[in-house]
Amino acid sequence: MTAWMGWIPALPLFSSLVLLLLGGRMSARLVTLLGVGSVLGAALLSALLIAGFVSAGSTAVSVMLQPWFSSAGLTIAFGFYFDGLSAVMIGVITGVGSLIHLYSAAYMAGDEGYARFFGYLNLFVGAMLLLVLADDFLLLYLGWEGVGLCSFLLIGFWYREPANGYAARKAFVVTRIGDIALAAALLIMIQQFGTLHIQTVIERAQLEWVATDWPFWVALLLLGGAVGKSAQLPLQTWLPDAMAGPTPVSALIHAATMVTAGVYLIARTQGIFLLAPRIMELVALVGALTLFLAACSALVQHDLKRVLAYSTISQIGYMFFALGAGAFSAAIFHLMTHAFFKALLFLAAGQVILSLHHEQDLRRMGGLLHRLPFSALCFAIGCAALAALPLTSGFYSKDAILLQAYGLHGGSLAWWLALTGAGITALYSLRLFLKLFFGEVVTEPRPDMRPTLVVPLALLCLLALLGALIPQPLGAVFAPLAATEVPAAVHGAILIMPWLGLVTGALLWRYGRGLRQRWNDSALARGWRAGWGFDALYDGLLVRPLLLLARLNRKDLADQPVQFVAWLSGCAHAWLSITQNGRLRRYAAGIAMGAVLVLMVVTL
Amino acid sequence: MESPGLVIPVEHGLLFAAVLFCIGLAGVLTRRNLLFVLMSLELMLNAVAFVFVLAGAVHGNADGQVMFVLILTLAAAEVAIALALVVQLYRRRRSLDIDSLDGMRG
Amino acid sequence: MSLVLLILIPLLGAVLVWLAERWRCGLARGLSLVVLGLEALLLWQVPHEAPAGGLWWLQFQTEWLPVLGISWHFALDGLSALLLWLTLFIGAVSVLASWRDIDQRVGFFYCNLLLSVAGIIGVFLALDLFLFFVFWELMLIPMVLLIAIWGHENRHYAATKFFIFTQASSLLMLVAILGLVFVHYGQTGVMSFDYGDLLRLQLAPLPAFWLMLGFFIAFAVKLPMVALHTWLPDAHTEAPTAGSVLLAAILLKTGAYGLLRFTLPLFPDASAEFAPLAMGLGALGVLYGAKLAFAQHDMKRLVAYTSVSHMGFVLLGIYALNDLALQGAVMQMLAHGLSTAALFIIVGMVYARWHTRDLRELGGLWSLLPRLSGFTLLFALASLGLPGLANFVAEFLILAGAFQRDWPITLVALFGLVGAALYALLLVQRSLWGAAAPQAKTHDCSAREWGILASLALLLLVFGLHPQPVLDMVQRPVATILAERVMPNTGGTDQVVQRESREQLP
Repeated sequence: MTAWMGWIPALPLFSSLVLLLLGGRMSARLVTLLGVGSVLGAALLSALLIAGFVSAGSTAVSVMLQPWFSSAGLTIAFGFYFDGLSAVMIGVITGVGSLIHLYSAAYMAGDEGYARFFGYLNLFVGAMLLLVLADDFLLLYLGWEGVGLCSFLLIGFWYREPANGYAARKAFVVTRIGDIALAAALLIMIQQFGTLHIQTVIERAQLEWVATDWPFWVALLLLGGAVGKSAQLPLQTWLPDAMAGPTPVSALIHAATMVTAGVYLIARTQGIFLLAPRIMELVALVGALTLFLAACSALVQHDLKRVLAYSTISQIGYMFFALGAGAFSAAIFHLMTHAFFKALLFLAAGQVILSLHHEQDLRRMGGLLHRLPFSALCFAIGCAALAALPLTSGFYSKDAILLQAYGLHGGSLAWWLALTGAGITALYSLRLFLKLFFGEVVTEPRPDMRPTLVVPLALLCLLALLGALIPQPLGAVFAPLAATEVPAAVHGAILIMPWLGLVTGALLWRYGRGLRQRWNDSALARGWRAGWGFDALYDGLLVRPLLLLARLNRKDLADQPVQFVAWLSGCAHAWLSITQNGRLRRYAAGIAMGAVLVLMVVTL
Repeated sequence: MESPGLVIPVEHGLLFAAVLFCIGLAGVLTRRNLLFVLMSLELMLNAVAFVFVLAGAVHGNADGQVMFVLILTLAAAEVAIALALVVQLYRRRRSLDIDSLDGMRG
Repeated sequence: MSLVLLILIPLLGAVLVWLAERWRCGLARGLSLVVLGLEALLLWQVPHEAPAGGLWWLQFQTEWLPVLGISWHFALDGLSALLLWLTLFIGAVSVLASWRDIDQRVGFFYCNLLLSVAGIIGVFLALDLFLFFVFWELMLIPMVLLIAIWGHENRHYAATKFFIFTQASSLLMLVAILGLVFVHYGQTGVMSFDYGDLLRLQLAPLPAFWLMLGFFIAFAVKLPMVALHTWLPDAHTEAPTAGSVLLAAILLKTGAYGLLRFTLPLFPDASAEFAPLAMGLGALGVLYGAKLAFAQHDMKRLVAYTSVSHMGFVLLGIYALNDLALQGAVMQMLAHGLSTAALFIIVGMVYARWHTRDLRELGGLWSLLPRLSGFTLLFALASLGLPGLANFVAEFLILAGAFQRDWPITLVALFGLVGAALYALLLVQRSLWGAAAPQAKTHDCSAREWGILASLALLLLVFGLHPQPVLDMVQRPVATILAERVMPNTGGTDQVVQRESREQLP
């Protein structure tokens, strides 16, 4: 079983190499076959692998493929580690990933960069697979950076538009700030243990770091890396702008790859995090704050994709909250269900956008219920799961998070934020649905029902509804939680919260037209729409000073002393050359005076 | 030292040479006509040559007169070349003003 | 004898190439390639490992000026061999890259190129300090000519600046060399410029520090270290493509090589004392170079400033004084040589097509020249240290080593990774993306250009995924440098028997 584990990331990586090198000369059919086929193949292999893994009793396996390098006692290897967590991750990545690939074949048909697109997309999946399978932090880092690179390339895929280029750069640079925190954590591990083998590091940390400050710093730095990739506070600003990429890319970034990397990282290194309770609290607080702020922002966006982007930040916030609370398996559970319904929402949004001639503004949409019934169904299921209504997958996972978190820590500030967030989530889900499908028809759609668009959507609908039934072999990965009694009132509040949001939304929609109008133009709503002003803050605090500094010092300050010396010798030259005036009599006078001077000196 | 007839003190000779040299120097420094500058130069050369003869006479050594002859020939050669140059210069510039010849300034 | 031949072949080749131009136009190019090919063959056939337990693979020593204790002493170890391979490869690449660019005084151009290569090879092989200085000067003059004759608009200024900087600093080194020799004379009564003799010298701390500083400054100017780097952007920007490639890819490495071969082993204690400052300057260089690269509009100047940033990593690694960082520093020398050479070549190609290097006027190359753009993207990514390419392994090793030595400085240097992302992606965005530049001539890479770039890319990828051969090659030299006293003569002797008049080294 383990012998062909390497093929799972190798298939998409190899096909991406072929597509990027030779894609320009291949027919579209061949590109599709290779691009989609490789990920489908990886998905099949993953399914076989997971089945074998579960039937063998879910024991973790470690495979060393090839040494990378070894220098002065530090040995890094290309090796894979496969346990329940990796199993869930590769299942989500390849499963959801292949549906998105299939969908992309229709969505991107006819684009001039068709082969390039699939090349990048495959690379994205391959890098993400490396990330989650890596047995060594440096290999994980390779995947980590690879994912960042692919997001850069895909966000800037339509490169002719300068705005896309800026969004792409922003995504890469902001996540790279997180990456250096991760890199610093790696450096500490090397210094302390002389290895980057993940399992060894965690084992030794648990033995040697118990009463030290190291877990605090390492966990803090790992968290820094995680918030960068997962778009959490304070590095969340890149994700809304990342909407510049084609819609399937957004689906891939939000559902299957990239943003879940941070969640995976914390779950993978939970052994270190558990040693640093203060950082665990910080993780929970970051998650809760992020989910609350992002939910508020999602409530007031005008752009269809931006609503979904903020909802992703918010849902990842739930996962962070769960991780911080210690409910690891609930976090991974939510990661999986979120992947299903968020992919569904994005792909359905893509279908709506295609049908509306690339219109993305919610204010120019509406009344699509009868014109796009299939999209409406998809959105209904997706929004219901997002709002965590009963019988959808989102319900079970969010319920698990809130319940377990309460059981572990009681009603902390973070927990109340998360509970409120659940209500707001339902509210903005409803708003999105109503804006799209009810009200007056603003733009007349041209329904796009190609089977390659419909089939992935239908499958994702099923997953979003029933995905919670998929068992997760996480028992051996995370320590089981102690069963705690949660008061019935709390349970009731968790159940009622989404409905509260829905009812509020419905009432506002039906009766509060004037109120909504005034609210939309209020300063608070404008602030929320701009993501709570984080962009402006960073712009003023970091970007502008940096640009100013760059502009001021374009000529290189360090060159000035050198220029001064050059100027000085120029001056000296000018002064001295005054005496070289070509007047013979002056020269003679000079000679005479010099002679007199010498005589004087000699005689005196 | 034994010397017949009227004896001129060495100081007088030196003073004469110095005066001659200074007159020549003043000429070089003040005259603007190239021809006069050359003549002043001759004066200076002769002042120096005179000191050689004087020194030879004082020390009873013939070397001083040898040097005088050497300077004489040198001056003759120099004057020959210099005058040729002056003639050429006058033909080209129609002027012998030394201050107008500052083409070699830095 | 092969070591002498290694230096003689390009020297004679240079003369031949100059003369060849009179017989037939264009012969010079082919002939230069043949010369470099011969060199490679020669280098290939020397034994590729030291005899049991030794450091040097090959040594050659014969008298030159015995009165002054100067000898022809050449030796080859893993470090020099690696840099020789880099030199030969980059030399061939720059010959190929200038195949069409240079159309005036072609013979003299390639003559200078080969002379410079000969000087560099000499620098990498010489073990006599006087000899080293001679080659140090030899590589400089032809390079100044390359810039001054075939450069761009502001070439005279750049050439003069380059010359004054390197000349002034190498005079400092000469003073330090003489100082060292006189101290040796004072202690033993024997004049000797030989590396092995001088290594055994016991120096008092104060003279050791000042002499070390003399060497350090000379090498730091070449490296270049921040504050002494200002010749670099001008020289790189104004030089012809082949000149920039040669400068960036190998000439800068001579500075790092000097630090490794001479400064550290000759002054182990003074260097250790100086290390924190040097590391700080390295980290500062990383950030400062990145920031200046980010600010540039001229594509070539941008690439030039990235060198300051990357070589800052080298300085950081060298003065971390441990195996990890030193191996990383050597790896970085290699990786930076390959990736920056490629970027300069690309800038040259873009300039040849557009006649501008101004990023504000460029744009949209991707839609016009997809292949060239793909390469640009790849090398820009190498420059920002993407894992999987050689630069990443290098920077990672340097950081890992430096962190153990001095973690606050390393954390500062770590921010250079963000800086690298800023300038590399700016380059990609400004030149490749956006609307297509007007007046575009749309012929993509020719086979020659494709070959150059593909070979560089392949090497970066191979060393990124399998850096072990390089690390193994330099493992011994690095360990010896850190053992503070290098024992020369522990390696194989060349065919020529040593002259008896010199005392046998232990």
